[in-house]
Amino acid sequence: MIDEAGFRFDGRRWDELRPIKFDIGMLEKANGSAYIEWGKNKILVGVFGPREVHPRHLSRVDKAVFRCRYHMAPFSTEERKNPAPSRREIELSKIITEAIEPSVFTELYPRIGIDVYIEVLQSDGGTRCASITATSLALADAGIPIRDLVVACASGKVEGQIVLDLSNMEDQKGEADLPIAIMPRTNEVSLLQMDGNLTEDEFDKAFKLAIEGCRKVYSLQKESLRNKYISLKEAINTEVKSEE
Amino acid sequence: MSKLTNLKELALPGDLIAEGDYNEGKNTYQEENKIYSSMVGLVNQTGKTVNIVAIKGFYMPVIGDLVIGKVVDIRMSGWIVDINAPYSSMLFASDALGRSFNLRRDDMTAFLDLGDLILAKINAYDRTRDPTLSIKEKGLGKIKRGQICEIEPSKIPRIIGRKGSMVTMLKRETDCYITIGQNGLILVSGQKPELEFLAIEAINMIEKDAHTEGLTDRIKEFIKMKKEKMIS
Repeated sequence: MIDEAGFRFDGRRWDELRPIKFDIGMLEKANGSAYIEWGKNKILVGVFGPREVHPRHLSRVDKAVFRCRYHMAPFSTEERKNPAPSRREIELSKIITEAIEPSVFTELYPRIGIDVYIEVLQSDGGTRCASITATSLALADAGIPIRDLVVACASGKVEGQIVLDLSNMEDQKGEADLPIAIMPRTNEVSLLQMDGNLTEDEFDKAFKLAIEGCRKVYSLQKESLRNKYISLKEAINTEVKSEE
Repeated sequence: MSKLTNLKELALPGDLIAEGDYNEGKNTYQEENKIYSSMVGLVNQTGKTVNIVAIKGFYMPVIGDLVIGKVVDIRMSGWIVDINAPYSSMLFASDALGRSFNLRRDDMTAFLDLGDLILAKINAYDRTRDPTLSIKEKGLGKIKRGQICEIEPSKIPRIIGRKGSMVTMLKRETDCYITIGQNGLILVSGQKPELEFLAIEAINMIEKDAHTEGLTDRIKEFIKMKKEKMIS
């Protein structure tokens, strides 16, 4: 998995991310949307809302209901994946919802709901991190007020070495996987999972590495959002005063 | 010490836009004495209040707002109206008819039917209740003619312009009646359909170039040019 020169099987160093590409607002029918290519992962996210909650009894009188549905396409894996929601997908839907909800001003919009649909078109390890990163962008694109963008990245242990951003093969063959999500402005951690075993020192190192990875992804995330509105950025000497 | 990001700069969610002696405005939030953006938009300031003009957003009802809505359902006591907001609103029959009514005698569909568009004011709304509408004032009620165009609700102030300069110019140049709903729907009705189309085209142009300077004059030129073409 890692050769003598310190290169991983896909040519990365231990502290390097896979290439990441974003696209924002390409879905016509959704209120907001984002597409992410993270290495070989390809994920499409659509945001609907704020809108009325269906079924009605799920609505809350004190805040908006924020729901994410993570789903893998049948063609997203090596072998055909049954399109029915699996145990794993239900879990990921829950943890993605909980990772992003703290960033949304749900308390401002009682009795309504925000629905997020995440479709994994192709998967290669680290889809939860890519999904969280893309969902946050889609929310920003939908014009839903959020405290900060949420960004996620994983680190782990492969052949005794702490590495950043595990691919599927490294995840399968490696000893541990540590995905985390943060809100970079306040450094709050909104997702922390660990699969496998790490010593305390290894955990510290992996945690710091993952935070560092998050920061790198965050700058890419911001840049893509900025580029989407590049025409507005160019028109800095504009007149908005008359608005009020 | 007070500090403010450049006005009209693009802000992203979580960006620090002001520090010190400022108040939080629309689409911003405050933590201690720092003000952050909560949306993608342009930084704007009115007095001590800092706000973000959102590039994309949705309409939240405010009491007293003039809105354009569509009747989507009829209930015992009134009509359910879609006002382009996350909440569906209610227009009570007692308000609309201005008298008590009897379901057995009164045919509600004769007054407003499914799919009818109405011009209304938001009568009541808070966190606990869906908005209710009123059409009691003069000029409100069923929309009988004209065309509707939809724009981003956050761009409505730009269509109105400073002290209504933009909309006054639009009305004068296109010779159309223009009624602006705060929920992003605009009613345009004029003598000729061509003029209505022209007004809608101009409104869409304003929405697209909302952030640029000297827009009123440019739109005026544009309408004049189009009108000349129409005549020849």
